[in-house]
Amino acid sequence: MAARGPGRVSVLLPTYNERDNLPLVVWLLARTLSDSGIDFEIIIIDDGSPDGTQEVAQQLEKIYGSDKIVRQLFLFPSGTAYIHGMKYATGNFIVIMDADLSHHVRLHFMVFLIKPIVYRKQKEGNFDIVSGTRYKGNGGVYGWDLKRKLISRGANFLTQVLLRPGASDLTGSFRLYRKEVLQKLMEKCVSKGYVFQMEMIVRARQLGFTIGEVPISFVDRVYGESKLGGNEIVSFLKGLLTLFATT
Amino acid sequence: PSSQAAMTKLGQWLCGLALLGSAWAALALAPPGLQPPAPLRQALLPLPVYLLVAFGCYSLATVGYRLATFNDCEAAAAELQEHIRAARADLQRRGLRL
Repeated sequence: MAARGPGRVSVLLPTYNERDNLPLVVWLLARTLSDSGIDFEIIIIDDGSPDGTQEVAQQLEKIYGSDKIVRQLFLFPSGTAYIHGMKYATGNFIVIMDADLSHHVRLHFMVFLIKPIVYRKQKEGNFDIVSGTRYKGNGGVYGWDLKRKLISRGANFLTQVLLRPGASDLTGSFRLYRKEVLQKLMEKCVSKGYVFQMEMIVRARQLGFTIGEVPISFVDRVYGESKLGGNEIVSFLKGLLTLFATT
Repeated sequence: PSSQAAMTKLGQWLCGLALLGSAWAALALAPPGLQPPAPLRQALLPLPVYLLVAFGCYSLATVGYRLATFNDCEAAAAELQEHIRAARADLQRRGLRL
């Protein structure tokens, strides 16, 4: 077994019906991380996908080795896949991407940033958490119409006013945590889905953890397919108000 | 890092509103014997509404500005397409059956 250096990164990747995207995400991660000389492993936590995601994951494990690809089958409600995945993580930094969002799970999107900056920023500023933000610096989105952008900015404004979270993007969900920090936060957080992502940042601030930010580009893979329906908005508001009243 | 026994955000808002609200009520709605001078009272009475409207304008302006400056990542999208092509080719070469 290879020696575990102090800077190993475990990427937690919950999947549901990602047979097409999974190889691409893994390839991008593997290439970017090894190009930057970062020791890593990718933990694929599949929610019982019927489309052959697990077979693809198996092939990837053959290609990259079991040291680099860890496969887990997990059939529990959203938001808890990370807790399960973390048990198998051997790194001391955890990257969470493609969060367990019910309205994102069936969208084909690829968050395009796996730059060494994320990891380096962690080391530079010695942050407990590094969070990707679409709203600052040269972060942004691609393939969003005006309506979707407006809803996104409006929701974020409301979040800032009500929660004063100290981070500009709470629902972007592309983050790097120190392992102990993530474990502590998971104990304290009770929400599910993407509200869970928001709660983690809020609790992190309460516990005094430091949060650094890195601009990210959020690219929709299938142009125009993402819909932000009334249901999503209502559940977001419910989640936001719950956090407002309980944190 | 130490964990602070924090009031909830809702609690903070209620406290703040209670404080400001009672200060305003004490000054603006005081009985005749304790009223502050008339000009001050005239300014104070509609103050809550003014503040609400001001906040509304600030919100609209802020969201509007952020909407207008929301970056479109053309370069990232193009780069992504390139990477997808490279990834497919490389993975097939290494034995992945898509």
